[in-house]
Amino acid sequence: MEQLSGGDMLTRALHDEGVDLIFGYPGGAVLHIYDAIFKQDKIEHILVRHEQAATHAADGYARATGKPGVVLVTSGPGATNAVTGIATAYMDSIPMVILSGQVESRLIGTDGFQETDMVGISRPIVKHSFMVEDAADIPMIVKKAFHIATTGRPGPVVIDIPKDVTDPKVKHPYEYPKDIKMRSYTVPGKGHSGQIKKAVEALLGAKRPMIYAGGGVIQGEGAELLTKLTQKLGYPITNTLMGLGAYPASDPQFLGMLGMHGTYEANMAMHYCDVLLGIGARFDDRVTNSDTSKFCPDATILHVDIDPASISKTVAADVPIVGSVTAVLEEMLECLEQSQQAIDSEALETWWQQIAKWREKDSLGVTPHTNGIIKPQQVVQAVHRITKGDAYISTDVGQHQMFAAQYYGFDKPRRWINSGGLGTMGFGFPAAMGVQLAFPEAISVCITGEGSFQMNLQEFATCMQYNLPVKIICLNNQSLGMVRQWQDMQYGGRYSHSTYAESLPDFVKLAEAYGHVGIRIENLGELDAKLEEAFALKDRLVFVDVMVDPEEHVYPMAIKGGAMKDMILSKTERT
Amino acid sequence: MRRIISLLMENEPGALSRVVGLFSQRSYNIDSLTVAPTEDNSLSRLTVMTSGDERKIEQITKHLNKLIDVVKLVDLSESAHIERELMLIKVKAVGAQRAEVQRLADIFRGQIVDITATALSIQVTGTSDKLDAFIAAQAENTVLEVARTGVCGISRGDKVLTL
Repeated sequence: MEQLSGGDMLTRALHDEGVDLIFGYPGGAVLHIYDAIFKQDKIEHILVRHEQAATHAADGYARATGKPGVVLVTSGPGATNAVTGIATAYMDSIPMVILSGQVESRLIGTDGFQETDMVGISRPIVKHSFMVEDAADIPMIVKKAFHIATTGRPGPVVIDIPKDVTDPKVKHPYEYPKDIKMRSYTVPGKGHSGQIKKAVEALLGAKRPMIYAGGGVIQGEGAELLTKLTQKLGYPITNTLMGLGAYPASDPQFLGMLGMHGTYEANMAMHYCDVLLGIGARFDDRVTNSDTSKFCPDATILHVDIDPASISKTVAADVPIVGSVTAVLEEMLECLEQSQQAIDSEALETWWQQIAKWREKDSLGVTPHTNGIIKPQQVVQAVHRITKGDAYISTDVGQHQMFAAQYYGFDKPRRWINSGGLGTMGFGFPAAMGVQLAFPEAISVCITGEGSFQMNLQEFATCMQYNLPVKIICLNNQSLGMVRQWQDMQYGGRYSHSTYAESLPDFVKLAEAYGHVGIRIENLGELDAKLEEAFALKDRLVFVDVMVDPEEHVYPMAIKGGAMKDMILSKTERT
Repeated sequence: MRRIISLLMENEPGALSRVVGLFSQRSYNIDSLTVAPTEDNSLSRLTVMTSGDERKIEQITKHLNKLIDVVKLVDLSESAHIERELMLIKVKAVGAQRAEVQRLADIFRGQIVDITATALSIQVTGTSDKLDAFIAAQAENTVLEVARTGVCGISRGDKVLTL
């Protein structure tokens, strides 16, 4: 058998696992591994400028491709810097493998230089973690890590590697395991057939049906089947923030996003439905609003999820189904095919009429300013027009994220890349880099705000080094917009630490300083032309600093403690 | 409601911290916890006493089952089971008090395991209630030290928790 050092085993194991791209940052504890990377040419390593960006870039790559993202960081601060990115991936169930260096085994527990208990620190935010004690275990551990990260409900897995384990002088026999069996880890596959039948009967018997689909549909590659089922039934459907793209936004059966900043029609239909099919969604507080007793009061709730712990966690399911979305959807479609039961088309017609009335509210209508001031929504609409709705959109967190979610209209899965669960500012730019690396020919856009962008702007340098022509659209309202909005609405307009106009950098010059192109847009009249100019520069990173109306709020907005039907629709109107 | 969950987990470093961490992370209660290897060297058995309504217990068992190191789990309190806890208790005992403590120990089927001129150490085994009762039965201000193992249990009948 081939004899390899721990460091070489690691790169070989990654290659044998099908990894061709990793994101990382070197340091003392991982120097053996970096030397092993230097000596091979199978795996490309992207040098980021901060470990947090490595995790977000790997995350963006994973979300866009469905393949696991891989990160390599050193011990101590390298590992702790990766923590936010790991938590981000954990909350959104993104497959990721994080290789973190560790001090030599003999130093563990002695407060050695750059020592931190990474397995301990990351424990609540990983699906699982490993500490390599013997280099000979590396192939098996890598195999297990990827298996765990990518199957079932995906998530991040940490492999902590003490420096001595990768010592180039110590060689071990290398063989990559073909498959893996773990007695304590089984992946749910098919759902319970009896339950699926019950769910289909309930769906067919519905008078006011509603389908509510989340990120699990995208992660589980179920978008196509879900679309088929929804169209076969002719029922209305809404997507969660994480689920955007699971059903084509341009289809008339789509009611838009639901929840905190969901459309009027989606939230109303949720509240008044009598049968709700929740699929790959976890009934989280941004959807249900804080008081779950007021959630969908008349509905029989059918809940499909691969994670049994997601079912009946916040809202009790009447028909729980544990299984992969594809297996369950396939069986539901079969069941539907064979069923003698007919849809109550009269009731459905009435229901659609009701929905049409709600739609008339036009809750996402934008009234343009006449004085040339740009509304942030108009920027997203223009980006959609110019990219023909076919770009990959990454965002940070805040108002710009909600505007992008509401106004871009995603027709395909894996195009919408955002930190939904953890809500991580600084996510968007590195994530867009990961997307661009995965799809060099695609348009990778980062819609951001001037607040979020400053949390990972050092990645300008990474984009220069690797020629990543990401398009950054900064909705610059000179304040932490979402914080400011809440301060407007709940704190009497006291802008406690949410404004900083006087200290903002000149983003155009900043982009130029890193060798990129910067464009500023200040007037509505120049919006389209200048955006087109930016997107025409196909092989350059362009930072577009769009000065937008700082007074703008994101609406609709759920009223705290209310039901889903309780919304603020504008600065002057409530439901 | 008081529940006893018993589980088999991989005898791996960090496995226990994952279980304990889960409880603190999701703010579930641990009333007692006991863990030791089993007849199979690769497995440890952990028994945790916790409390909560049906829904909470369902979440606890689901999340425990999700932990990669947890191989198998049973909620003992769901059916007939035997539970035991062991207590070592040191009580002050001088003069007439010595005979009284000894009598109490007899009633509770405890064993005196150590003795000094002023104190007696007693081992008592039984359900948690029984141990509570034994402590309560001691004269005021005489309990010097209590060490309890926490509950462990096993199902009644032929049902077994095994792979």
